[in-house]
Amino acid sequence: MLQGGSHPLIDRHRADALALLEARGLPTRKVERYKYTDVGAMLEPDFGLNLSRLPLRFDPRSLYRCKVPGLGSTLHYVAGDMVEAPLEEDLLFVGPMTEFARRRPDMFSAYYNKVEGDSLAALNTMLVQDGLVIWVGKGHRAADLIQVVNLAVGSVPMMANRRQLIIMEEGAEASILSCNHSSTAQPHLATEVVEAFLGEGSRLQYYNVEDAAESASLLSTANFIQQGTSHLEYAAVTLSGGISRRTVNVSLEGEGADVAMSGLVVADGIQHVDNNLLVTHRAPGCHSDMLYKYVLDGSSTEAFAGKVLVCQGAQQTDSQQTNANLCVSPQAHMYTQPMLEIYADDVKCNHGSTVGQLDDAALFYMAQRGVGPEEGRLLLQQAFAWDVVLRIGLQPLRQRLMRMVEERFRHGTSACGDCGMCGVRKI
Amino acid sequence: MPQSQDNALVRDIANRDYEYGFTTDIETEIIPRGLSEDVVRLISQKKGEPQWLLDFRLKAYRHWLTMEQPKWGHVDLPPIDYQAISYYADPRGRKRKDGPQEIDPELQKTFDKLGIPLNERLALSGVAVDAVMDSVSVKTTFKEKLAEKGIIFCSISEAVKDHPDLVRQYLGSVVPYRDNFFAALNSAVFSDGSFVYIPKGVRCPMELSTYFRINAINTGQFERTLIVCDDGGYVSYLEGCTAPMRDENQLHAAIVEIVVCQDAEVKYSTVQNWYPGDREGRGGVYNLVTKRGLLKGDRSKLSWTQVETGSAITWKYPSCVLKGDGSTAEFYSVAVTNNHQQADTGTKMVHLGRNTRSTIVSKGISAGRSQNSYRGLVRVAPNAEGSRNYSSCDSLLLGDTCGAHTFPYIDVNNDSSVVEHEATTSKISEDQLLYCNQRGIPPEEAVALIVNGYAKEVLNKLPMEFAVEAQKLLSVSLEGSVG
Repeated sequence: MLQGGSHPLIDRHRADALALLEARGLPTRKVERYKYTDVGAMLEPDFGLNLSRLPLRFDPRSLYRCKVPGLGSTLHYVAGDMVEAPLEEDLLFVGPMTEFARRRPDMFSAYYNKVEGDSLAALNTMLVQDGLVIWVGKGHRAADLIQVVNLAVGSVPMMANRRQLIIMEEGAEASILSCNHSSTAQPHLATEVVEAFLGEGSRLQYYNVEDAAESASLLSTANFIQQGTSHLEYAAVTLSGGISRRTVNVSLEGEGADVAMSGLVVADGIQHVDNNLLVTHRAPGCHSDMLYKYVLDGSSTEAFAGKVLVCQGAQQTDSQQTNANLCVSPQAHMYTQPMLEIYADDVKCNHGSTVGQLDDAALFYMAQRGVGPEEGRLLLQQAFAWDVVLRIGLQPLRQRLMRMVEERFRHGTSACGDCGMCGVRKI
Repeated sequence: MPQSQDNALVRDIANRDYEYGFTTDIETEIIPRGLSEDVVRLISQKKGEPQWLLDFRLKAYRHWLTMEQPKWGHVDLPPIDYQAISYYADPRGRKRKDGPQEIDPELQKTFDKLGIPLNERLALSGVAVDAVMDSVSVKTTFKEKLAEKGIIFCSISEAVKDHPDLVRQYLGSVVPYRDNFFAALNSAVFSDGSFVYIPKGVRCPMELSTYFRINAINTGQFERTLIVCDDGGYVSYLEGCTAPMRDENQLHAAIVEIVVCQDAEVKYSTVQNWYPGDREGRGGVYNLVTKRGLLKGDRSKLSWTQVETGSAITWKYPSCVLKGDGSTAEFYSVAVTNNHQQADTGTKMVHLGRNTRSTIVSKGISAGRSQNSYRGLVRVAPNAEGSRNYSSCDSLLLGDTCGAHTFPYIDVNNDSSVVEHEATTSKISEDQLLYCNQRGIPPEEAVALIVNGYAKEVLNKLPMEFAVEAQKLLSVSLEGSVG
């Protein structure tokens, strides 16, 4: 059944993935990296799979007008795991994996499923039927922002197995925005694997915005492999959703590679967001920088684990990691774990982590000047969150996110556009 | 100390090796190797223990049988053959029949060599000592003087006989036998250790100290220390340890339990200098210890200070449970690893009471091919309103074949507490080295100076007698790792 809507180059990995999954089993909370997220409970509901590749009953393009003003982005809709027809230029391809595998089988085979993942990645490899490939050829600069709109669809509980394969050849440049929305109130689960290869000197901006329903669950694994002097700017902004588990692994394999990672989580209700990051410095002279901030309200349970691993020989490593968390509700729980594992001596690594509240002195200062406690609190929360948003390189996106974050704090919803389809988190 | 003298001291020490590696040739009564219920009964019988303590040991042993040796640490701990260890060694064995009052001159010599004053007349600056060799407490000094103030300071075996109610009330109350694999093992076979009771409102007039020594071959050391500081009391307690140089690994699985009542304060300092193994990583002690303090009363205070330079493998987390409102806990640690040593150490601060405060300062120094990890937990319970923690973990790397790791866990479950953690890892700054070299200080001395300066924040917390020893130890441990 799975092979019906897929491609032999994808199919040939299924047996190995199944064997790996059988050997290792799904991660339980006894596994260190999954301590705070109960994967078993996420997979428990009886989810359906769109094996027969039934088409959508609506046109997402007309319903979801996700274009960010001033960005000139190209929109690519992924409904469940169904990817639209490709956009193709000489040195650029954005489209279905099956199509790319047909046109460039050698290149596809060279990159697909090349990063060894854990059993959740294996589950995705075993079930995935199609995904999205973004290929940017040597020295090419993709002028427009590539915006991928992931939609959860279905009138019954559905599971979608999404996949993104990003190939940036030497000196290529691209910006990608991947956003998650729900068009259903039914419980839905997405497993997602992102494999990104950054060639020598390439530059990638990869942004992720999650604005999904409370009934949404996400199990995402992203692997970025960076060659020498490549640059990655990664940001993940979670404004609403149900249970999200995001694993991001960055491997700095060439000298002088550089990664800047940012994350913002605004959570309330019973939302659960678990960001688990690993940056591995394998080559000398690399730089990594992480800033993750959480604002916790309601009885949300949030987790952050960030590890910087410096291998032997990765001298002149420079690494910073910061995780700051704001607890605004007595029922909120924060688990944070910044880690360093270092096997080289000529390094400069530091991390910091805080859990705290709004500054009473600042609230008092504002109250003295006529800003009420409610407004004062909102302003301080926004200022706290904007530290992350301000690191986003694309100015129009930055402005849009600032607006969304403000709305999220003021009204509890974070409609990104004017189509009215978002902000349906409580449908 | 003037600079030149200080440098001479460092140089002198840097040329020395592990100086406590000698063995004492003394008649020792050792029970046959192996562990079974009969062995547990035999230990209990040898120590003349009451039935309740034997029951406690047996419960622990039966529970231990259901457990597996943990593997989660960042240490490469080989499987230990628990049947190849002898669980009881009494260096006084043959002497006891004639009368236990006099110490065997050989033992006296051993402790003289270690610089431990067993003779009260010669004791400097009034430090009361409980000296423990292998499984038995050899001598406790100043007992009578302390008893005048109502302070009980004796070996735990004596305490079981003389103060059974106190021991029964508190033994296993902070570290239950089900706590972990090594705690269960210790609860089943623990031999000797110290017992301290500070009555209400009494400030202990002198430092109390226990000195542990493993001497016999193929034995393990399983001591148990219990400190109870009643309301408004104060005590400063020091612990030191050494072992002979042997090619086999020796197991040390101890438990330290501390109960701090209302307004009381306990300072616990350790200079851990078990034999670390040779340059090739042969031999050395496996130091797998459970240490925990319960800050039971309001406004109680507990401070752990540790200097860890010895042991082939150190795997321990001196912890604090801050139960009383407004209680304060501190953890200061310097862990030095060289050659093939491995250390996974840190602390746990569990905030349960309101307005509780904790501070963690950890300094790791790695050299040679060693691995040095800080692992810590700060947990703030939902009711621990207004709690505060500050943690700072720094690691210094000397050489490109060693490792320095930091694994902090922070769990916060309310909205009125503030937790801060920061960590840095770096090598010795070239600028500082150059500055020293320019002023005629050779590289090795400069490194020793910088390392001592780096660890000063923790060393300053040690009582004076230990601070000097700790400073010396730092230099010895890093010998040969520079230049």
